[in-house]
Amino acid sequence: MSAEETLTAPYLLEYTYRRSCGPVIGRFLAALKEGRIEGIRTSSGRVVVPPTEYDPDTSEPLTEFVPVSTSGTIVSWSWVLTPRPRHPLSRPFAWALIRLDGADTAMLHAVDAGELSRMKTGARVKARFAAERIGHIRDLECFELEVA
Amino acid sequence: MRDVAVVSFAQTPFVRHTNSNDAELVMEVVTAALDRAHLPRHDIGFCVSGSSDFLTGVPFSFVAALDAVGAWPPIRESHVEMDGAWALYEAWVRLQHGDIDTALIYSFGRSSLGDLQDILVQQLDPYYLAPLQPDPIGLAGIQANALLDSGRFRERDFAEVVARSRSHSQSNPNAQLRKPVQASALLDAPYLAPPLRKHDCSPISDGAAAIVLATGDRARQLSKRPAWITGIDHRIETHSLGARDLTRSPSTERAGKEAGATKSALDVAELHAPYSPQELILKEALGLDDKVSINPSGGALGANALMVAGLVRIGEAAQRILDGSANRTLGHATSGPCLQQNLVCVMESRS
Amino acid sequence: MSEIIKGMIAPVKLAYTMNAGRASSRFLRGLYAHKILGQRCTVCHKVNVPPRGVCPTCGVPTEDDVQLSETGTVTTFCVINIQFDAKARELPYACASIILDGADSTLFHLVQEAAVDQIRMGMRVRAVWGPTPLYSLESISHFRPTGEPDAPFESYKEHL
Repeated sequence: MSAEETLTAPYLLEYTYRRSCGPVIGRFLAALKEGRIEGIRTSSGRVVVPPTEYDPDTSEPLTEFVPVSTSGTIVSWSWVLTPRPRHPLSRPFAWALIRLDGADTAMLHAVDAGELSRMKTGARVKARFAAERIGHIRDLECFELEVA
Repeated sequence: MRDVAVVSFAQTPFVRHTNSNDAELVMEVVTAALDRAHLPRHDIGFCVSGSSDFLTGVPFSFVAALDAVGAWPPIRESHVEMDGAWALYEAWVRLQHGDIDTALIYSFGRSSLGDLQDILVQQLDPYYLAPLQPDPIGLAGIQANALLDSGRFRERDFAEVVARSRSHSQSNPNAQLRKPVQASALLDAPYLAPPLRKHDCSPISDGAAAIVLATGDRARQLSKRPAWITGIDHRIETHSLGARDLTRSPSTERAGKEAGATKSALDVAELHAPYSPQELILKEALGLDDKVSINPSGGALGANALMVAGLVRIGEAAQRILDGSANRTLGHATSGPCLQQNLVCVMESRS
Repeated sequence: MSEIIKGMIAPVKLAYTMNAGRASSRFLRGLYAHKILGQRCTVCHKVNVPPRGVCPTCGVPTEDDVQLSETGTVTTFCVINIQFDAKARELPYACASIILDGADSTLFHLVQEAAVDQIRMGMRVRAVWGPTPLYSLESISHFRPTGEPDAPFESYKEHL
């Protein structure tokens, strides 16, 4: 080790947080646990998914929940060639913004398309729920392309 | 409103791994910025830093860098866990109070210590997004694909942004990536995260930068050609990615309008675009025409020290006025995924 | 209506490679070799330990390493009565801010080989090196009383 080399050491930063969800996120996650997806309606009639406590445009508090479909359309996407250890899938997959039927905004999730060539903007996808659900965004394991 | 100007700017060379600690990095740029302004340390009215403890993994680690400023006797000091561009905004606001006439802004970051692909997940919605661990390149890829789908740009346009950046950074001794490249050769490179290729993404950089601001007559004492800030504004969009139009930047458009970006012709615009498609979005949002020289420093594609690159954009834009090569320039900084929040700083020379 | 999910476990786990930087690396190498190094400022001439490559008072780079005495004075101290450290220690135990002879800033370390109710401001102490050299302040196992008469308050009051 030369005199000019600096010393390095590995360091792992770990925090165990338990976050309170509140009534809006808490209700969305409860619906996921039951295999359902809910959005929330703004005063202009827009359905926001996933639901937010406040209107993203006007910041009014929101309270009117609306069920939305577990199927939707890909609005935009990118491809993960080499999944990282904590990604939802361990084989190459797409990140996608998905507008579920009944929603006016898109939600981000993974699409298990199998191959890059199968991914298209506008493709139809359907939610794949996890077998064991606890009320967490990962109760949605991923989305799958709907075969025509 | 008091007139505030940039009177000096300093930056370190940006490298993949530095052996300096944060205080040593800051030492370099603070000394240089103060020397260039001929401002003794004890004359600084206010000191503010921009950095993120997430880069070192140690809470309050930014306090150690304060040693480089010499905080005894006690000084007026502040800190933002943001890019230094926002520290500059705070300094500009503080100078409006009227009781002080100089401010020192510095920012530093060693991205080499951690893994940015994990660290940047921490800025995402903790309930809906973070548990999925979406990496920042994947998110930028979604924005890039949306831009291609809009029909307004092609992959070749991305490659041309990169080629221009590299040709500019050849003359920037502080840039990290300086090898010139041809756009057509870039299009042959493999994808990293389709539709993005490795060169479409900024490098990972360590480094620091500092700026000295001064008001009115004090600025005229400290610099022959101060870069007067004629407009500064920042706006933020919703953090719900799916509720935004990722192909446009309404926050940049609004900040640019409020800052008077295109009230008259700009010579130079330094746009903080860590991904090549974002430069195209920002140029449109600000309404810049082809007469404006964009990123003559090479921009963030040449060097991108997280927490520093935005301040460097303002510094590089200011430097063109300080050194006499431009009269009206713009520095832009961004933060958050896919250009979520944006700051615009417009500067002018005055005879 | 379905239940509301009240809470969500949201762990954070981030891996880093800490880099001590040049000044701290020299300090840590010194500790490994059983030397305590400070750095002298060329402007105020104060000796800072642990050294960080800059003088915190003057804001100038410090390059001159100075080997410090292993003996010093307790300026202030505390007695810990609860386990909070990852390392289990025998309770109660004492830590002190120690001004080493020749230094102008204090080192924080354990004071042992004395009953905790004997530890006092002005007590003279000496470093005891641990059995295994380490690149850390733990290369010093603890400080122990030297038995010398206490240092007068005047000699350390500027360092409180």
